[in-house]
Amino acid sequence: MPIYIYSLSILNSQCSTAAAAAAAMESATAAQTAAMPRGVAHLKDELDIVIPTIRNLDFLEMWRPFFQPYHLIIVQDGDPTKTIKVPEGFDYELYNRNDINRILGPKASCISFKDSACRCFGYMVSKKKYIFTIDDDCFVAKDPSGKPINALEQHIKNLLCPSTPFFFNTLYDPFADGADFVRGYPFSLREGVPTAVSHGLWLNIPDYDAPTQLVKPMERNTRFVDAVLTIPKGTLFPMCGMNLAFDRDLIGPAMYFGLMGDGQPIGRYDDMWAGWCIKVICDHLGLGVKTGLPYIFHSKASNPFVNLRKEYKGIFWQEEIIPFFQSVSLPKDCTTVQKCYIELSKMVKEKLSKVDPYFDKLADAMVTWIDAWDELNPTGASAAKVANGKAK
Amino acid sequence: MSQENINNSEVDIVIGALQADLSSFLNEWRPIISRFHLIIVQDPDLKEELNTPEGFDLNVYTKSDIDRIVGSSGSTFFSGYSCRYFGYLISRKKYIISIDDDCFPAKDNMGNLIDAVAQHITNLTTPATPFFFNTLYDPFREGADFVRGYPFSLRSGVTSAMSCGLWLNLADYDAPTQSLKSQLRNSRYVDAVITVPARALMPISGINIAFDREAVGPTLFPALKLAREGNFRWETMEDIWSGMCAKVVCDHLCLGVKSGLPYVWRRERGSAIDSLRKEWEGVKLMEEVVPYFQSVRLPQTATTAEDCVVEIAKTVKEQLGPVDPVFSRAAEAMVEWVKLWKNIGSASFPGI
Repeated sequence: MPIYIYSLSILNSQCSTAAAAAAAMESATAAQTAAMPRGVAHLKDELDIVIPTIRNLDFLEMWRPFFQPYHLIIVQDGDPTKTIKVPEGFDYELYNRNDINRILGPKASCISFKDSACRCFGYMVSKKKYIFTIDDDCFVAKDPSGKPINALEQHIKNLLCPSTPFFFNTLYDPFADGADFVRGYPFSLREGVPTAVSHGLWLNIPDYDAPTQLVKPMERNTRFVDAVLTIPKGTLFPMCGMNLAFDRDLIGPAMYFGLMGDGQPIGRYDDMWAGWCIKVICDHLGLGVKTGLPYIFHSKASNPFVNLRKEYKGIFWQEEIIPFFQSVSLPKDCTTVQKCYIELSKMVKEKLSKVDPYFDKLADAMVTWIDAWDELNPTGASAAKVANGKAK
Repeated sequence: MSQENINNSEVDIVIGALQADLSSFLNEWRPIISRFHLIIVQDPDLKEELNTPEGFDLNVYTKSDIDRIVGSSGSTFFSGYSCRYFGYLISRKKYIISIDDDCFPAKDNMGNLIDAVAQHITNLTTPATPFFFNTLYDPFREGADFVRGYPFSLRSGVTSAMSCGLWLNLADYDAPTQSLKSQLRNSRYVDAVITVPARALMPISGINIAFDREAVGPTLFPALKLAREGNFRWETMEDIWSGMCAKVVCDHLCLGVKSGLPYVWRRERGSAIDSLRKEWEGVKLMEEVVPYFQSVRLPQTATTAEDCVVEIAKTVKEQLGPVDPVFSRAAEAMVEWVKLWKNIGSASFPGI
């Protein structure tokens, strides 16, 4: 008899899980988002929203209540003669390829063409402390109660609260409402360190690679995980650029999205490359990287066959790249992001060129990027010194 | 949550009885645990006879059993919360699940009763991924997978050796925290299981835990006894100490430690402020151990859990012994434990 009741409860749980899954499959409508009470636009004069685009920016209509107080930097990829229409009422600056060439001159070679990696030009040209970047096929998600999620607000919370990379808290973010450090968490580590990066996630179309997309074309991410956590020191992760925020002063110069797209042997590894670089540098400088909330609703699945062609080499190369990054040890005298990054570029040239000559070019581009960054961001504004203590 | 094919005969559920009346505890867990064998170990300091309801396949071990099997010194080893380690010692099953006797089945966000045992088994029987962090958490859960950029060579993962569950209502906070925030209750259900990355230190709580006894049995031990250790979790550090050693061992042996689901509902018991008035020795001791654990490295020659524990005991005695005698005693206890494990814990020991 108990067994019968037990199985019935399993069946019920499956049905209610399916119902919940169906509800989670929709993004919030513009009306639902507009109906949200207007909160304070935190950091509205200190944060730029960087959006790479090749077609149009209609998606901004869905984000209007959350994004309108902020300044946008649009990086137009592809054909510069095309006009990108920006919805009314947004304050923005727009750069196409001609602008990038004009501003950077020969250094423009480090900015990718025909790839969303070009967005990092937006990071370089921004004058703000914080950056939030989002893809143009990402919409407002809803939490399990049906409420539209203000992803930008959550990113800001994540960036303004400390991270805890030296000891894992089993209740996730100890600074979240209703949470704290668990028993056994050393008090000396409870102050945490500054947060440099906030990595958000995606409901609906998950960020899978091409082989996984081919095998599971129908899989949708319907699981809302109500947590933010700090990725421990010494641990690497795949950083996705679809829904990402960072402190430009703390880590900006390391957010180079590499050489991808036109004329390059690889694509869809721009954000991955940046993620591995920023993580080793953050670990070295004692800065934190968070992942988890906020969710956005990712609406478009890119073509897996096109993706496979772009990623193909990356899938093999990453087997060499990962051990490289896992073994990187930056010297103590690398006390700024730029110094760390230049040092990293030397190691890339030394150790990864043998994997493919592409890495030799990439190492050079990394140096060009830093040169360009420093030129556009003269001393003081972006030379981020190491935070208290831990240089390694 | 997919229902793994659980072979009931591979699991022991070990309960340390710190209170005599286990009837409400066992009755509430009945739908979830009645098909498993239970090992109930009575705290040797608990004088009353245990009250257990009918309908369970269980064995109860009391002080006299402990004395008989381990010798009279054994009772000090296994007093208070540490009594459950006796259950780990004498079990002969592959998987052990252990839950404090003030914890009850919780409900998830949909209002469904959580089968904590099934979730622990799922955690232990699917691979862990300690070498690279998957941003969609457990890639082996239904509806999830490895994300773009996750190296393919790391996707088969490693064996999971430990599953650390969480707590709704009264979370496992220390006394200072719970005293300061007396109304703080955990109501956040985080629907995730994650592998705690290699080399990341963490506090492993003993309140809701499961492990592969064959792989890591010897690494969970009663060694760190506070001078005024008591019968509330706020007055102990034994699980935290043992858990930190266990994480180091798992990292060294390339075994995985998972954290997250399942949740249990932890009932109110005791007063954080009263526990705080006692010396919060444990909190102070944790400050001493962090640099040690951050730097401890085990030699390549340590290839079994027993070897690893012995190595850790050696370095604890050398490096932490001078800091506080409680560590020297802990190191000695760890060595004793490994001896006990090799003797009584091995399959060949008769007369359990």
